[in-house]
Amino acid sequence: MTLLRHTPKGEIKPRENLVVNPAKTCQPIGAMYAALGIHGCLPHSHGSQGCCSYHRSTLTRHYKDPVMASTSSFTEGTAVFGGQSNLLAAFETIFDVYDPAVIAVHTTCLSETIGDDIPQITKKAIDDGKVPEGKVVFHANTPSYVGTHITGYANMVEGMVKYLTKSTGTKGEHAAVIPGWVEPADMRELKRIVTALGVEHVLFPDTDGVFDAPMTGKHVFYPKGGAKIEDIARAGDAKVSFALGPIATRAASEKLTALHGVEGEVLDLPIGLSATDRFVDAIRKAYGIEVAEEITNERGKLVDLITDMEQYLWGKKVAIFGDPDQLIALTEFLQTLGMQVRHVVTGTEGNFITKRLTEINPEANVKVGGDMFLLHQWMKNEPVDLLIGNTYGKYMARDEDVPFLRFGFPILDRQGHQHFPTVGYMGGIRLVEKILELLMDRIDRDAEEPRFELQM
Amino acid sequence: MRKIAIYGKGGIGKSTTTQNTVAALAEMGKKVMVVGCDPKADSTRLLLNGLAQRTVLDTLREEGEDVELDDILKPGFKNSLCTESGGPEPGVGCAGRGIITSINLLEQLGAYEESQELDYTFYDVLGDVVCGGFAMPIREGKAQEIYIVVSGEMMAMYAANNICKGIVKYAEAGGVRLGGLICNSRKTDREDELIIELAKKLGTQMIHFVPRHNDVQRAEINKKTVIDWNPTCEQADEYRALATKIDQNQLFVVPKPLAIEELEALLMEFGLAA
Repeated sequence: MTLLRHTPKGEIKPRENLVVNPAKTCQPIGAMYAALGIHGCLPHSHGSQGCCSYHRSTLTRHYKDPVMASTSSFTEGTAVFGGQSNLLAAFETIFDVYDPAVIAVHTTCLSETIGDDIPQITKKAIDDGKVPEGKVVFHANTPSYVGTHITGYANMVEGMVKYLTKSTGTKGEHAAVIPGWVEPADMRELKRIVTALGVEHVLFPDTDGVFDAPMTGKHVFYPKGGAKIEDIARAGDAKVSFALGPIATRAASEKLTALHGVEGEVLDLPIGLSATDRFVDAIRKAYGIEVAEEITNERGKLVDLITDMEQYLWGKKVAIFGDPDQLIALTEFLQTLGMQVRHVVTGTEGNFITKRLTEINPEANVKVGGDMFLLHQWMKNEPVDLLIGNTYGKYMARDEDVPFLRFGFPILDRQGHQHFPTVGYMGGIRLVEKILELLMDRIDRDAEEPRFELQM
Repeated sequence: MRKIAIYGKGGIGKSTTTQNTVAALAEMGKKVMVVGCDPKADSTRLLLNGLAQRTVLDTLREEGEDVELDDILKPGFKNSLCTESGGPEPGVGCAGRGIITSINLLEQLGAYEESQELDYTFYDVLGDVVCGGFAMPIREGKAQEIYIVVSGEMMAMYAANNICKGIVKYAEAGGVRLGGLICNSRKTDREDELIIELAKKLGTQMIHFVPRHNDVQRAEINKKTVIDWNPTCEQADEYRALATKIDQNQLFVVPKPLAIEELEALLMEFGLAA
């Protein structure tokens, strides 16, 4: 019995005003995830309760950890009279009861549509003494009907630059590293790489130690992780910034250049061999350093693994879906592995994404602003050997009997993504390991008895 | 019960015309309810002899969902019933949503039920139909008749034509029809001929020409409708005539909005003094 039995094979009829199984979710969840990458920060959803509940619970389903966030709890009356009184009351309650260092306000469909002016309300809150001395309130506009969860992440990170970075007038030697939407383990790995290269840096947002905090037997409302507000402030004096993933971080990088004249390098997410090379090389050039042996060794190990196992990877067809920065880097990496990326779908729209994806692989079916229904149709018409995407891909994988690599957001049915990185050379090794395991398990499963090999 | 919505350009005199007409209908012994759909909440001031009442939305905000009909429906001139939807302060919130909320609440509370024994409900709606909320009074099951207050000024006619576009949209889905144009005179050149021609082009009628008279202003200063202030003056008879015409009106149409060029040509033809 197939699960998605209404997805037809054959002719793909044009659809303009219908999305089936979207490959995206809405802006505020990205804003919430980014905001939790600040130490002691409480994200605040300026809208009705349902928005906040949905975003918290989706993050919880992904991380199996409680996620703290507050809401303005709009009612019918708030929708008519505006959300100012709710937000002012929220500030008072939050600082009184939950005592965060920072409140990061993001908007919702409703507060955007009625046109609530968050900077004006925040200013009033400060003027009325509702924001205690030393505490910080900042905001990002995240209308859910514009863009996707990636746009929301990008807007909140841009908000961090706008409100939290400061310049003292004296440039430092440190770098600012702005990661796109990646896992806590990836943020930790990025810090390790930059440190190994001998470059002092600040990385924000930083969800390392927030969503993967250890069980200690004691609940802490604000985990130890997260970029500290004073560290984010130092980004204003940085010698250079490295923004990783153009879709999620370009706006923040440009804002940092515009506000404080910090030279900005916007790079792909360092997923895979070439993208990591470019990241490491950009740091090498900016600082005139030699690449540390530790990192060179890791690169060698990745190259060795790819070379050793090429016969299992070469020519294998892949379908991938997910978020644009990940897809751009991953498509390139899969090409490096000798695999053929046949179908690519992202829910986030943008000409830049289409351009990059088709540049990397002109042969593939690419749909930017597409949905999983289309991807499934493509997979039926031209079957693949591997499907890569978030948990929502499991139905297609089961129906088509295709090995499935869980990658991206959200992953609701497996764990480990928060602990083991996919960025950098070591992350590349982990990806190759996972891909090989899936492909080789399939060979073992399908092998006739005489061909069932001990050594592969 | 007949449900009537009054639309027209901002400042054209919708509220004044509505209340004076309602006063005339009330004087004829009709039971009329006026629903003000303007955040300024000044649509019932003349019938109530002042801005005395709390709006539906203020009441909702202060009392919560537990609102009683008596809290928001006040008796005005000659047993007319008055309610103001109210809304946010200028520049914040969503006035359109406010109208939706308050009309839904009035329905829930039974303001339109048989037991109220109403002959008429008048909706007095702010300015242009700027968003879905301001079209609430003409959505299905609400007002069935619309009168547009207009004058011989270009922008007033332009707004009237635009409102007709909105009516067409809702007329296709629901049963709303245009009952006519009410000309609230600004003493422009050949105003009556111009509006009669505009009405004809729209497929409707100029139901009445209300001449400009200072008595309207004098009555307003006294927080009264003209009939209330001086029942024997000439202008009072004008509103009585308008009320009678609306009461006896049989012409209800789906309007045919004009292209902007047609509208401009009309002005060229009539609007310049010969």
